[in-house]
Amino acid sequence: MKRTSTFNLFNILNSIFMILIVIFTLYPFVYLVAQSFSSEAAIYAGKVTLFPVEFTTKTYEVILSKPDFFHYYWNTIVYSVTGTLIAVTATAVISYPLSKDKLRLNKFFIPFVLFTMYFGGGLIPNYILVAKTLDMRDTIWAIVIPGAISAFNVILMKTFFASLPYELEEAGRVDGLGVFGIFTKIILPLSKPILVTIMLFVMVGMWNNWFGPSLYLQSKEKWPVALYLKQIIDNAVSPTEIGASSDQTSQIAASIKSTAMVLTSLPIICVYPFVQKYFVQGMMIGAVKG
Amino acid sequence: MAVPAKAKTAGMIPRKKADRIPLWKHVKQEWKLYSFLIIPVIYFIIFKYAPMLGNIIAFRKYRGGPNILGTEWVGFTYFEMFMKDPTFWRAFFNDLTLSVSYLLVKFPVTLSFALLLNEIRRIKWKKFVQTVSYLPHFISMVIVAGMIKEVVSLTGPLNSVLTSFGLEKISFISLPQWFPVIYVTSGVWQSLGWGTILYLAAMTGIDPSLYEAAKIDGANRFKLAKHVTIPGILPTIMVLLILDIGSILGSNFEKILLLYNPLTYETADVISTYVYRMGITGGNFSYATAVGLFEGIIGLILVTIANTVSKKTTKSSLW
Repeated sequence: MKRTSTFNLFNILNSIFMILIVIFTLYPFVYLVAQSFSSEAAIYAGKVTLFPVEFTTKTYEVILSKPDFFHYYWNTIVYSVTGTLIAVTATAVISYPLSKDKLRLNKFFIPFVLFTMYFGGGLIPNYILVAKTLDMRDTIWAIVIPGAISAFNVILMKTFFASLPYELEEAGRVDGLGVFGIFTKIILPLSKPILVTIMLFVMVGMWNNWFGPSLYLQSKEKWPVALYLKQIIDNAVSPTEIGASSDQTSQIAASIKSTAMVLTSLPIICVYPFVQKYFVQGMMIGAVKG
Repeated sequence: MAVPAKAKTAGMIPRKKADRIPLWKHVKQEWKLYSFLIIPVIYFIIFKYAPMLGNIIAFRKYRGGPNILGTEWVGFTYFEMFMKDPTFWRAFFNDLTLSVSYLLVKFPVTLSFALLLNEIRRIKWKKFVQTVSYLPHFISMVIVAGMIKEVVSLTGPLNSVLTSFGLEKISFISLPQWFPVIYVTSGVWQSLGWGTILYLAAMTGIDPSLYEAAKIDGANRFKLAKHVTIPGILPTIMVLLILDIGSILGSNFEKILLLYNPLTYETADVISTYVYRMGITGGNFSYATAVGLFEGIIGLILVTIANTVSKKTTKSSLW
C-alpha cells in the first residue's frame, strides 16, 4: 500500500489514541498498587496518585502473617476447581449430541437450551429453589451447581464440535469404537482449544463470584475471598479483625482495602497474560466457524 | 450465533432419507447419543425451567418454606401493588436511563475501537493493546467497585486533579447526579476491549479478495473500512445490538448493588436492586417476583421486536 501523508498522520493519531486507551485501562490498577504500598497519612492527605508515597509494606506483612486471608483464599480455590470440573464436563456432554444434525430431536432440544439465554427465572424464584426447595444453603453445591451450564457456552462448544471433520468419527467407528469411545478418545482430545476456553471462562467466573455466596453461605468460614473482600471494602472488617495489633491499626486502616484488592486479583493478573490467547482463540473459533 | 442455522440447512439433504423412519425407531437407533442429554436436560429443567415456573408466586401468596409455587391464588394483586408504587417507577426510569445512556456511549465507542484496532499494522503492538484492554473484563466486580470508590473518593486521584485546578472537592459517590456518569464511564472501562472481540473475529472472516478488489479500484483505508469492513461485520453488529436492546431493562445489577447507597437511590436504584431489597432483604417474595417477572417479560418482548426488525431490514438475526 502507498504510504501517503494522510496515512502517516492517521497512524500517528491512531497510536496516540491506543496509548491513551492503554493508560485509561491500566491506571486504576496502578493507583491501587501505589496505595497499598503507601502510608495511611499520605493516602488521607490525597498525595498518592501514581507512585507509592512514604513506601511501606506494613499492610502486606499484617495480612500475610495471619492465616485468615488464606483460609478464604483456599475456599475460593476449592469452589473454582470443583465448579470448573462440573461445568466443563456438563457443557461438553450436552454440546456433543446437540452438534449432530442427524439427531432429529435436536429440533426441540436446541431451542430448549437457547431459550434460557433470553428469559430466566429471575432472582427470587432462583433463590427460593436453591435455598428453600433444594435446601442447598451453606453447602458448596449452591455455589457450583446452579450456574454450571450456560447456553452461551453450549453454543460455543456445539459450534466447535460441529466443525470437526466427520471422517474422523467414521474412522473411529471402523476401528470398533462406540459412541462413548468416539467422544472421549477422538472428539475431546481434538477440542482442547474450546475446552480450555470454557474452562477459563468458568474458572474466572467462579473466582470472582461473590453474589451467589452472599445469598447462600451463612457461615462466614465458608466464604470465598471475594465476599470477604467485599466486607473489608464496606469497612465491616476492621484491621483488628484482620489481626493487627492496636498500634498498627491506625497505620493500615486506609491501605488495607487496596492491599486486599491487590492480593485478591493477583492470581488473575499473573496468569492472565499467559492464558489470554487461548480464550481469544476459542471465542474466535466458536463464533466464526460453522 | 445466527450461523448454526446455515449449517442446519446444509445438512438437510442427507437427513431427508432418515426422516422417513418413524421417530421411535430413530430414537432407538441413536439412543446412545441421546442418553448424553439426560443429565444436562434434567439440570435445565430443575435450574432453568423450574424457576421460570416459580414465577407463579407472583400470582400466588408465598409464605416461605420449600413450596416454590406458593399457597393460594391472589391474581394480579402484586402487579397492581407495584404499578401504584412510586419507588418502582423510580427504579423503572433509572433502569431505562442507565441502560440507554450506557448503550449509546458503549456501542459506537466499542465499534470505533474495533475498527481502529483493525488498522494497526504492527501485530505485536496490536496484540499488546488487545491484551491490556481485555483485562478489566476478568476482574471481580467487587474489586472493580472497590477501585471505582477509591478513584473517585475524596482523597482519590480524581479529586486531587480537581484541587490542583483550584476547584472544590466533589464527593462523587454520594451525589445522585454523578451516579450515571460513574456507571457509564466505569462500564466502558470494563467492557471496551472485550466488546471488540466478536467484531475482530468477524473481521478475520472477511474474504481478503474483497480488499484486494477494492484497492485495485483505488479505495483508501477509510473507503475500505466503509465499503468492505463495516458491511462485512454488519451481521455481528446487528446480533450484538439485538442482545443489548433485549437487556435495556436490566442494568448491571452486581455493580449497582456494590456502588449505590441510600444517598444515591434517587438515580441509582434499578429494578433488579429494588427486587433484591424487596425480596431477599425485605422478605416480600411474591411482590418482588412480580416486579422481576415484569422486567424479564419486557426484555423478552424487546429482544423479539429487535430480532424481527433486524431480520426484515438487514437479514441478520438471532434466530
